[in-house]
Amino acid sequence: MSMQSPLSRAKGLGSAKEGLHHWIVQRFTGIALVPLSLWFMWAMVCLAGAEHAEVVAWMKSPANAVSLCLFVGVALYHSALGVQVVLEDYISHEGFRMVKMIGQKFVHYFLAALGIFCVLQVAFGA
Amino acid sequence: MAQFRLPANSRIGKGKVFEAPAGATNVKQFKIYRWNPDDGKNPSVDTYNIDMDNCGPMVLDALIKIKNEIDPTLTFRRSCREGICGSCAMNIDGTNTLACTKAIDEVKGAVGVYPLPHMDVVKDLVPDLTNFYAQYASVEPWLKNDNATTQDAERLQSKEERAKLDGLYECILCACCSTSCPSYWWNGDKYLGPAALLQAYRFLADSRDESTGERLDALEDPFKLYRCHTIMNCSRTCPKGLNPAQAIGEIKKMLVQRAG
Repeated sequence: MSMQSPLSRAKGLGSAKEGLHHWIVQRFTGIALVPLSLWFMWAMVCLAGAEHAEVVAWMKSPANAVSLCLFVGVALYHSALGVQVVLEDYISHEGFRMVKMIGQKFVHYFLAALGIFCVLQVAFGA
Repeated sequence: MAQFRLPANSRIGKGKVFEAPAGATNVKQFKIYRWNPDDGKNPSVDTYNIDMDNCGPMVLDALIKIKNEIDPTLTFRRSCREGICGSCAMNIDGTNTLACTKAIDEVKGAVGVYPLPHMDVVKDLVPDLTNFYAQYASVEPWLKNDNATTQDAERLQSKEERAKLDGLYECILCACCSTSCPSYWWNGDKYLGPAALLQAYRFLADSRDESTGERLDALEDPFKLYRCHTIMNCSRTCPKGLNPAQAIGEIKKMLVQRAG
């Protein structure tokens, strides 16, 4: 039983003084993904049916390699921010939410690093 | 975790059926949520068949008729019967609205009447709004001035500045919007909800207020403010035609402006 006043409960621990940065970056990465995704889809259509050597040559072009790295990094960062919102919305148990939050960040950052590494490996490969 | 089924003691059973008086030709059926905290039973939906030739046009008229003439145990809040007090907010035909301004003939078939969604129920159609009112109080809904000269004098405002409060000051705190919001359902203990945020913006938009910065500080929080995902249920359901989602958008815009 709690005899805390309703106002005290509503105020809780006060404002965390954050949330704006997350909100802005989510929109920023969302906007960046519009041209990046369109470019990626266009590139995949153009490369459909290409030989292995042609694709490797395409990935060695600096503009393509950089765009691919940006696409992988920005998409996974945007996804990490989005999944964070979903977890905050639906998981009310704070300990459980914290564990999921850390887990999802590790997975997203690992996938981003892996994707970028793979692109660079092909781009700089012999 | 979010719950996808009602808890065992909240699942709704079948209730009583009250037939229309003999000879009634214009009968409308009302299916009304009933729960009594004292009898230890699960909630039920009682069915009332009302003779519309002897009933006023609004849902509240039917509820008052039921309480007066058919079943005095039916419990609900009501006061002004003209959409200005906000007492009779409930879920009618699947939408949160005021029973006093909702016309019965707008509803096809039986009229389902439930308490505001996802709130603790005190009895029948009466939800527990303690936390809702406390959240309203937490945004400090009054003018705050540090300046001694404005404290004891008229606080002047131009017509243009006053016009910025239109669409904000009309809120009657009926709680239709907050209880229609999924974010408020899942995190109502921490998310302030559209009603309290609309009122927070009403004071942010007021040219006479001198604590805009502190108000924004208090709102910048992942849960208090940023649980709003612009779902827009609030604006769709508001019985006064206000737009809480836009007000929340304006608060987010002010925070962006402040950060540059």
